[in-house]
Amino acid sequence: MGTPPAGSERASYRKERIARGIKARSDDIYALTSYSEMCYLLFPRLVPIVGIVVVAFFLPVYWKKVVLSTCTFAMLAVSWDFLSSCGMLSLGQALFFGLGSFVAGSLNHYLNLPVYVTIPAATVIGSILSTAILLPVIRLRGVYFAMVTLILPLMLMRLIEATKILGGTEGITRLSPLPNVWVEITVILAAMWVALFALRRFISSDYGLIFVSIRDNDRAVMASGINIYAFKAQALLIGSAICAFAGAFMAHAYQFTGMPVFAMDYSILPIAASVIGGIGTLAGPILGAFILVPLSEFLREFGPLRIVFYGLILVICVVALPEGIFHYLSRKYSEMERWVKIE
Amino acid sequence: MVATFVYGLINSAVLLLMALGFNLTFGISGVANFAYGAIYAVAGFFAWSLINTLHLPFALSAAIAIVVIGLAGVYLYRFILTRIRGLVISEVIATFAVSLVLLELLRYFGFIGSKYTLPVFVKGSVDFLDTYVDIQRLLIVGFAIVVLLALYLFTHHTRMGLAFRGIAQEEHTSLSLGINPERIASWSMGMGAALSALAAIVILPLGTITVDGGYDVLIDALSVCIVGGLGSTFGVVIASLIIGFAQQLTAMYLSSHWTMIVSLVALLLVLAMKPSGLLGHQKELEERV
Repeated sequence: MGTPPAGSERASYRKERIARGIKARSDDIYALTSYSEMCYLLFPRLVPIVGIVVVAFFLPVYWKKVVLSTCTFAMLAVSWDFLSSCGMLSLGQALFFGLGSFVAGSLNHYLNLPVYVTIPAATVIGSILSTAILLPVIRLRGVYFAMVTLILPLMLMRLIEATKILGGTEGITRLSPLPNVWVEITVILAAMWVALFALRRFISSDYGLIFVSIRDNDRAVMASGINIYAFKAQALLIGSAICAFAGAFMAHAYQFTGMPVFAMDYSILPIAASVIGGIGTLAGPILGAFILVPLSEFLREFGPLRIVFYGLILVICVVALPEGIFHYLSRKYSEMERWVKIE
Repeated sequence: MVATFVYGLINSAVLLLMALGFNLTFGISGVANFAYGAIYAVAGFFAWSLINTLHLPFALSAAIAIVVIGLAGVYLYRFILTRIRGLVISEVIATFAVSLVLLELLRYFGFIGSKYTLPVFVKGSVDFLDTYVDIQRLLIVGFAIVVLLALYLFTHHTRMGLAFRGIAQEEHTSLSLGINPERIASWSMGMGAALSALAAIVILPLGTITVDGGYDVLIDALSVCIVGGLGSTFGVVIASLIIGFAQQLTAMYLSSHWTMIVSLVALLLVLAMKPSGLLGHQKELEERV
């Protein structure tokens, strides 16, 4: 039964998927009773966490910087996936990222605040600002929300260009750097894993269930007497805080903030990463970012073609592989397949 | 004062031409075509290449560009959008990705510079209401009115136009009356693309063809359509008049840098106060909010 039958026989067989025994057992509290089940649970979580730290340790400095930007994009992608799990389709993660970056840059440049103040402050202020900007349109759904989020970062870019505030087209340079590359990697990796695991736990809690049900059927949630706009605002606060942190961090890592932080890259790459990794899994987007960003480093010599490349991947994945890698992997890990004869 | 009025009118006509194609596709098939601006830019460059590398006459190049771009729109729908119809997130991501691919490819192949201009239809300017206006600008107003009338006649008095409205109103019933919604939707996408190409050919002679212009057109079309109430053609007319005049006044009394902000402010105001748009109906309200 293990191998698929060949030829004309195949038509009378079907593939059956069953959860592995260990999966069924370790879904419950029994996991604590045996090492094999604990390992089964820990393996997929510890391998990436430890693996990335170890690999980052041995990389040359240039690739350490690549790890930084990969983690940043991974955070943007997790945030995108969280917002889309709450029924908010954002085409403008660059808005949240850019606001965080600009707040951190301005606090550091104009008020001379040190790094350990600007990054937390920018996370909070950036997320509040983003939510406040989107508050008037929080009632919108689907395409309409997407349109507004697409327009906003482009408009802010124009606004800065036109009014020449906050450094104008030159941007703000020579922000204070983080102590060294080790601190940078530690901080961003910690932030990324915290964002991922905290959001996963949050989504699966009773409170988080409300967010997911807003995506599934917002009318039903309203009918249950829940104010969905308050919940959407909370989702925006959480999602944009993650992006604002990433923006503030990158402002200090590159010691620069300016119009490029509202660029299309920061909007499109998180979406591409989520689509490749698997929408709705939160871990999938991180996987997608860790595939796409290093890949785009190899494509750096092609310059603007990188965005073309992301776009093509997106179209192909959306049309041909809507499931995403993470769904596939988790299915292989927790389910077994066999061919059975159709009676 | 009269000059402001005339230029405001022209600006409104420009916005109207830009928005009509987007509005048509969305109103009929429900697909928000985020590749709309990219199609506009591609149409401009395509017509330019026909004129300057193949040395075809202008009228012929324009006609070829409109037809080819329209067909490309149909096939974009058939090959990509049919497979993900009804999945809003996937539709938006796919069309947005197509838009990025097209625009960034243009940028990569070096379509940047002041040599990329389309010729005006008729040279010279005339005295119109005590204001000197290029004839091209007046032609834009004329084209906007003609396209509007043509669209009205098409959707109300031809079999295909009635089929368009049929699938917009009730897809399953129209299926039972022998209308194939998939085919009609792909045609509406094609017509939207062709309208975008037409707008490009009429409007672009006023300036140079730029890649970033593609993003600007998308933004303008989106704002006009949202303000007017998506799918409502009359709403789009009103919205383009409002935004067009507001932009003109802003450019006159503040500075031309601020014109891009006008549409955003209009958008936010309308969405905050009347989420279905100025002339959106109850049905659209259900979809959006």
